Amino acid sequence: MKIKADTGVCVGAGMCALTAPEVFDQSEEDGTVVLLQPEPPASREAAARRAVQLCPSGALSLEE
Amino acid sequence: MTEATPGLMTYTTARERPFDPPDELTRAREELPIHRMIYADGHEGWLITGWALARAVLAHPSFSTRPELLHPPIQQRLINLQEIRKQPGFFLRMDPPEHTRFRRLLTGQFTVRRMKQLEPRIAQITEDRLDAMEREGGPLDLVQSFALPIPSLVICELLGVPYDDRERFHADSAVMLNLQSTPEQIRAAIDDLLDYLRALIKRKRAEPTDDLLGGLVEGGELDDEELAGVGLLLLVAGHETTANMLGLGTFALLTNPRQLAAVRDDPAVVENAVEELLRYLTIIHIGPMRTALEDVDLDGHLIRAGEVVTIAAAVANRDPEKFGDSETLDVTRSAHGHLTFGHGVHQCLGQQLARTEMRIAYPALLRRFPGLRLAVPPQDVPMRSDMSIYGVHRLPVTW
Ligand code: HEM
Ligand code: SF4
Repeated sequence: MKIKADTGVCVGAGMCALTAPEVFDQSEEDGTVVLLQPEPPASREAAARRAVQLCPSGALSLEE
Repeated sequence: MTEATPGLMTYTTARERPFDPPDELTRAREELPIHRMIYADGHEGWLITGWALARAVLAHPSFSTRPELLHPPIQQRLINLQEIRKQPGFFLRMDPPEHTRFRRLLTGQFTVRRMKQLEPRIAQITEDRLDAMEREGGPLDLVQSFALPIPSLVICELLGVPYDDRERFHADSAVMLNLQSTPEQIRAAIDDLLDYLRALIKRKRAEPTDDLLGGLVEGGELDDEELAGVGLLLLVAGHETTANMLGLGTFALLTNPRQLAAVRDDPAVVENAVEELLRYLTIIHIGPMRTALEDVDLDGHLIRAGEVVTIAAAVANRDPEKFGDSETLDVTRSAHGHLTFGHGVHQCLGQQLARTEMRIAYPALLRRFPGLRLAVPPQDVPMRSDMSIYGVHRLPVTW
């Protein structure tokens, strides 16, 4: 699984960093998403998937 | 205007039971996730009660939040919106890319990490309030002693607004959110609050301060009117909402003793409990509302350009297709995906702050006063059906 993040679309709501903190962080500057693990290990796939669903702005997408 | 079609809905905030949305809106959802709705000015638009459709509208770029395009689902609401729209910097009512400019300036201040750093200070503020309650002794009004002061103090410190001035902005925001206020009263309240913020910003320009508003002043991206509008939005949104969640949430727990015991005794439950209280109580009981900028096909329904869509978030948050056994309060469930903070680009900027405050405040209150109980019969608790944010006006408690 590969995650893509579009910081141009992100509104910094932080759902990703809240749901899968090992995979996502937010920039100190403007709060937009920072991908810590673009290809998360199997153990974190479920949380990462949930974060992608919860993202309000459509900034996150999955490539299986 | 087309002739009224049969089955045309009207919006209501009148509840049969304090914790449940109006039965009429629930019945509408049980029938269909979307209905035609007649607005207070005669406009024929839409009512959305299903979770999936609500989410689709909020995420859709063809729906606008600009106030001049809205029609009022209930009469009083429009007045309020028209007044606020004149204020630069009030980005809740702007579309991208205008909205993006303001949002981007602020998101760095509200990240999950930033909120973690605030935890010790929020815990301290909470303990101070609990100490004060203990000194005062019950019965007392939990709203005035606990639910309102905690988020007020937190947002004041974050923004750099002197808490000693709270009487002025508490009074102004109460008028702004009261559905019975006259246009004159609302205008006066907004002007008063803006004047207050303009003076504050002027002081910060002269003497820089290390807080959110001070940082924005120094950043130099916004002019003073925009700064006042941003300050207005953050100050009002930042204390009224969380305050009502703390008051109403405590009331709900006090009438559900087993749920209360779980929140008090099991730290592992608190995270889910906060999401579930947000879902179950949905204090945003009017809207969110949006206007279609062009014709949109929404799951087979044609929403025409200019038509307004009102989302009944409280009812969508009880959609069994999403939440299963949705009519019961179950603090152990995973209520993620609820719409209480909205969805899409306007999803609440302060949500991580609100979560942090609630995760600290509920268990701290219940642990300090294990014998906490209502000091009046539940039916005597005055509910905020008359305000644009739902909750309790007062919550008399003792222990
Ligand atoms: C439990 C507490 C809260 C609830 C239920 C809540 C709810 C909401 C909702 C539903 C929206 C979106 C409205 C729409 O889409 O039309 C929103 C936006 C907003 N909220 Fe909150 N809120 C809460 C706490 C806070 C706090 C503590 C702040 C403090 C800073 C805050 C600041 C904002 C701002 C600035 C916006 C506008 C965001 C934008 O337009 O991009 N809120 N809130
Ligand atoms: S959840 Fe989406 S919008 Fe929010 S910070 Fe993460 S990527 Fe950005």
